[in-house]
Amino acid sequence: MNSILKTSISRRGVLGAGVAAAGMLAMPSVLRAQDKSLKVGVYGGYFKKSFDSHIFPDFTKETGIAVESVAEPTGEAWLVQLEQAAKAGQAPADVSMMSQVATLKGQAAGLWQTLDTSKFKNYGDLLPRFVNKADDGTVYGIGAVAWYITLVTNTDVYKEAPTSWAAFWDKANADKLGLLALVSNSFLLEVTAKTFMAGTNALDTEEGLDKAFTKLAEVKPNVRLWYRDEAQFEQALKSGEIPMGQYYHDVTGLAIADGFPVRSTFPKEGGIQDSGSWVITRPSKKTEEAHVFIDYMSQPKIQGLMSRKVGTAPTLKRSVLDLTDEEFAAVSSEIEPIIPRYDLYVSKSDWLNQKWTEMIVG
Amino acid sequence: MRREPPRTLADYAPLAFPALMLIVFFIVPFSTMIAVSFFKRNPASFYTPDFVFDNYERFLSVFFGSVLAFSLMLAILVAVCCVAIAFPFTYLLTKCGRRTQTVWLVGLLSVLSLSEVIIGFSWSTLLSRTAGITNLLVAIGLMDQPVALLPSFGAVLTGMVYQALPYTILVLYPALVRLDPTLIEAARTLGASPPRAFFNVVTPALRNTIVATLIMVFVFALGSYLLPQILGRPSNWTLSVLITDQAIYQSNMPFAAAMAVFLVLISLALVGLTLLVGRREHAL
Repeated sequence: MNSILKTSISRRGVLGAGVAAAGMLAMPSVLRAQDKSLKVGVYGGYFKKSFDSHIFPDFTKETGIAVESVAEPTGEAWLVQLEQAAKAGQAPADVSMMSQVATLKGQAAGLWQTLDTSKFKNYGDLLPRFVNKADDGTVYGIGAVAWYITLVTNTDVYKEAPTSWAAFWDKANADKLGLLALVSNSFLLEVTAKTFMAGTNALDTEEGLDKAFTKLAEVKPNVRLWYRDEAQFEQALKSGEIPMGQYYHDVTGLAIADGFPVRSTFPKEGGIQDSGSWVITRPSKKTEEAHVFIDYMSQPKIQGLMSRKVGTAPTLKRSVLDLTDEEFAAVSSEIEPIIPRYDLYVSKSDWLNQKWTEMIVG
Repeated sequence: MRREPPRTLADYAPLAFPALMLIVFFIVPFSTMIAVSFFKRNPASFYTPDFVFDNYERFLSVFFGSVLAFSLMLAILVAVCCVAIAFPFTYLLTKCGRRTQTVWLVGLLSVLSLSEVIIGFSWSTLLSRTAGITNLLVAIGLMDQPVALLPSFGAVLTGMVYQALPYTILVLYPALVRLDPTLIEAARTLGASPPRAFFNVVTPALRNTIVATLIMVFVFALGSYLLPQILGRPSNWTLSVLITDQAIYQSNMPFAAAMAVFLVLISLALVGLTLLVGRREHAL
């Protein structure tokens, strides 16, 4: 919308100064918005749509900073684009929502600015896992959104909800599962470790990883689909074609609201909690505005709004939030989550990827 | 019309634009890719310019070798299936009336407007257990209960042949339309049945066209990335799927580039070999 308004101004400018002045007077808010603006990268599709309609307009109203949201692909494609642009001194977005692995890799490449945490009013209320700290203690990322990957089932096919991730290993579920196709987005090694090896610390050593891979390979005969594309699995889950698998808690909630026969279960070992962080790219000149933005997004009020409207899990501790028990349960759970071992996907990424690909392809 | 060979620089001028496009959109990106394939991968971040053979070394393994072999086999199979279906079909089409031909060609062109994603999802619905064609077979009593026909190798092959078939027909069509009808008339006069005339006269007369079409479909199918993923099991994934994983999800550009260079070299070699064999047979 903003860009359309801008072009209309420049066209008026060509027509003549008088008309141009009239046009600008008619749109004072646009003029002010142009003074201060911020390009924000958010995951394309559902997230961008939700942010554009529920979050950004109020932010602009409150701070006078116009937001131009940029749809970014998930995964590391956006990191590659930011890195290429940074080499040319460009910032396709000033602030970006980045996955944890991409945040760590970007930090190792020196792609992010150091954040001034004194500018964030609710810094002390953030859960520790939502602050990205470098080894020297400086902060370069703040939790943006968090979500759960849970055990999902089709209610027509499974009358009873499963209670444990161990259901994936059940021989009765042969050829019935849809699982994420990559080691770094399925987090199934962590699930294996938490379910059968007493916790994700078991993955510290290569023997532990080998054991987890061996255990995980037993799941293969049960897997019908290894998916990269969410829509592919979602459609199959709704129709009962593939009645069980791992999927996003929030999107499953939307499908339930639309009346589809699906359910999302937090297994007793915990749901997988993944999250994205806000980072500021080094070439960005909008450091000031970007801090205002991150501060705004980290307020209890906005975190609550996002849980209600977007379906994300809050990044702040429960006590400061205004969510009811019911609202909290819709986006999160009191069961201790499985936190992915992001460090492994940086330090051992090629090794893990190679072993994983050989496991599922071979 | 007599053709004069180009003499002056101005005569070559019309070549400038295509040449420029070729340089900007093919030679420059391809050279960049070759260069990147020798860069050093830094797992914690991206890559640093260097000249190392690590990326090629990693590729030279039984695992990637078998994936490459599978991709080549799949592409060859798609090419053979497409030509085997499209050649007789196009031949019969050229025998039809003008109106029928137009309708068919417009229909085929409209298939080209479908994206790979739509083709993939349509076939996955058609072959599914809950909504697929096996439900029809159950309805008419040929099967006891609906089954899922995917993910499977057959599903991948079907989807890819469906996608490449319109191209195959459109490439074969001009050659078959222009085929001298007196050739077949002569064969028929000499007592050949229509199928015999087709296999013994039409097919050999269009040998070069068939080989060229096979190569085109082969190259087209080799780059396929989405359909093997939507319709196949991990063991049906092509090298392109693994290249994308490396480039997009692992941000391992050097390794992805090395795999892509390997794929291009192997396919160029295969195309070259086909042409060479064709020429030698021709000389005999």
